[in-house]
Amino acid sequence: MDRADLLSLYRQMLVIRRFEEKSAEMYALAKIAGFLHLYIGEEAIAVGAIAAIRPDDYVISAYRDHGHCLARGSDPRKVMAELFGKATGLCKGKGGSMHLVDVERRFMGGYAIVGGHIPLATGLAFAANYQKLDQVVLCFFGEGAVPSGHAHEAFNLAALWKLPVIFICENNRYGMGTPMQRAIALYSDVAETARSYGIMAERVDGMDVLAVRALMQKVVEQVRAGQGPFFVEAMTYRFMGHSMADPAHGHYRTKEEVEEYRKRDPLLLLKETIVTNRLGTEADFKALEREVYDIVDAAVRFAEESPFPEPRELYTDVMVEE
Amino acid sequence: MPTELSYREALNQAMREEMRRDPRVFLIGEEVGYYQGAFKVSKGFVEEFGPQRVLDTPITEAGFTGLAIGAAMAGLRPIVELMTFNFGILALDQIVNNAAKIRYMSGGQLSVPMVIRGPGSAAHQLAAQHSQSLEAWFCHVPGLKVIAPATPHDAKGLLKSAIRDPNPVIFIEAQLLYGTKGEVGDGEYTIPIGRAEVKRRGQDVTIVAYSKMLLVALEAAEELSKEGLQAEVIDPRTLKPLDLTAIVESVKKTGRLVIVEEGWRFCGLGAQIADSVYAAAFDYLDAPIVRVTGEDVPMPYSRPLEDAAIPDKARVMGAVKRVTYRG
Ligand SMILES: Cc1ncc(C[n+]2csc(CCOP(=O)(O)OP(=O)(O)O)c2C)c(N)n1
Repeated sequence: MDRADLLSLYRQMLVIRRFEEKSAEMYALAKIAGFLHLYIGEEAIAVGAIAAIRPDDYVISAYRDHGHCLARGSDPRKVMAELFGKATGLCKGKGGSMHLVDVERRFMGGYAIVGGHIPLATGLAFAANYQKLDQVVLCFFGEGAVPSGHAHEAFNLAALWKLPVIFICENNRYGMGTPMQRAIALYSDVAETARSYGIMAERVDGMDVLAVRALMQKVVEQVRAGQGPFFVEAMTYRFMGHSMADPAHGHYRTKEEVEEYRKRDPLLLLKETIVTNRLGTEADFKALEREVYDIVDAAVRFAEESPFPEPRELYTDVMVEE
Repeated sequence: MPTELSYREALNQAMREEMRRDPRVFLIGEEVGYYQGAFKVSKGFVEEFGPQRVLDTPITEAGFTGLAIGAAMAGLRPIVELMTFNFGILALDQIVNNAAKIRYMSGGQLSVPMVIRGPGSAAHQLAAQHSQSLEAWFCHVPGLKVIAPATPHDAKGLLKSAIRDPNPVIFIEAQLLYGTKGEVGDGEYTIPIGRAEVKRRGQDVTIVAYSKMLLVALEAAEELSKEGLQAEVIDPRTLKPLDLTAIVESVKKTGRLVIVEEGWRFCGLGAQIADSVYAAAFDYLDAPIVRVTGEDVPMPYSRPLEDAAIPDKARVMGAVKRVTYRG
């Protein structure tokens, strides 16, 4: 175990956590509007998985996409500006929370139709194969997308054509207010859905960033070597409501249940590992907090001070102009 | 010397030339490879380009259309063949929510250079689920271009432009046109997207018609000329962007407009064209615009009922007489 490595993983998760706590605050102040789906509690999956790929690999996500975008290295200032709808945002204020895109970092976007981006992931993987490049694609989605036709059609094509795509199901047990038991026939083993298409699949503790990364390193190597797609079911839990419109607990789950899962907070777990192995002290964590506070603070300041898009931007980017 | 080709052969040539020219172009869809296309548009393709570029898919329109969109996002130039646009409805989410929006949502970072093509509208007695003219649906969505050529020459030149276009293009081929023949220009040519063509000159009335209905309109115009009425027939060829200038120019000359479309009347494309012409050239009109459209019913199977649901020569002639007050 390497101290710098562990602290870096912790720092990345902390950036996502504090960034999102701050965006919740900004939402309450009406600086951010629309739908805002927080990733709090699930940070270990994005950070662990993205740590296992190269800069030229592709990442694609759904509407709960802040974590994946930040883990991919996008500038928090531009992400916050996008949430504010500012011209300096990643997508010039035209995408918002659910549609972050950062092509420079091969972050190919967040998509708001449940399951709708999964075929796009197979297409990115198809392009890698077509061009004889050895890129892989990470495709993140919730368990709620698994029974969708889009997912099934994509799983079948990916397996049929041995495409280098890794499907990462972030199983937080609820799709909005519906527990998976009421939505998924194979809820006790969601990965079985993928196996039925001949896709290799494994389950991992999505609260443990080290476990996620270790599995992903193995999986990425295998997929990059041309062995076809892989399905990872990462078991996790969202600590907040489905979106800002939904209270943290909702009527569909109990406060006790949320409290129980909070004991396995991915930041807490990694911190324990670091402290137990004497690789970091309270002072180290305090320093990290300060550093991350400044990053998030700067992001908000940047977003606040940035201009809104000019009215003429309404009609730009509809089409590629020649 | 131009050669006589069928509409089907013209499309085949267009795709073949573009695939030879640009290795990023590939064809994907049900039965496009070894079966050579349900309508034989991709005849000989798998032999020439191999199964890596001519991809047979399972019957999963959303899945393979979505895959093609993803491939386009990564810089490839897919041509998706829908066995018919009726089945394209299963891919509508991918087309409307992804292909059409990705550029805008990403603030211009991403683009989706692809063509989604295949047969549309009615053939003979295929009944309600196989006989639909859905072009208005696609025209309604910002972010898509929509093309519906009527002649082999236009089909070839426009398909080549569509394949080279950096945007998602919907390319609708009327099923009954595949066997029709026409002169196709020799050598390399393209037709710019967004330019209408006057297919027949006349000064008494303007008829706007596209795809299969262009042939119906031209027949009607011939018949009318015997009665001393000279119709100018304009084929917009590309429905979005629409060459409104060409239409308005003609209307300013003739003062009368008939719009013919096979699609349903309610919210049909003709309503849009009429609205645009009223806004641009109301003062030039000598009569209210008349629309000849498909009837607002699911397509019936029985032949006489089917005939009653689709515009024909007689109805176009009737409309022309109405706007010229000769009826
Ligand atoms: C096709 C579609 N239907 C409904 C919705 C509304 N909706 C948004 S998120 C969501 C729940 C999805 O749950 P899951 O996939 O498990 O992801 P999570 O929110 O738990 O991360 C629903 C029903 C949608 N966005 N798309």
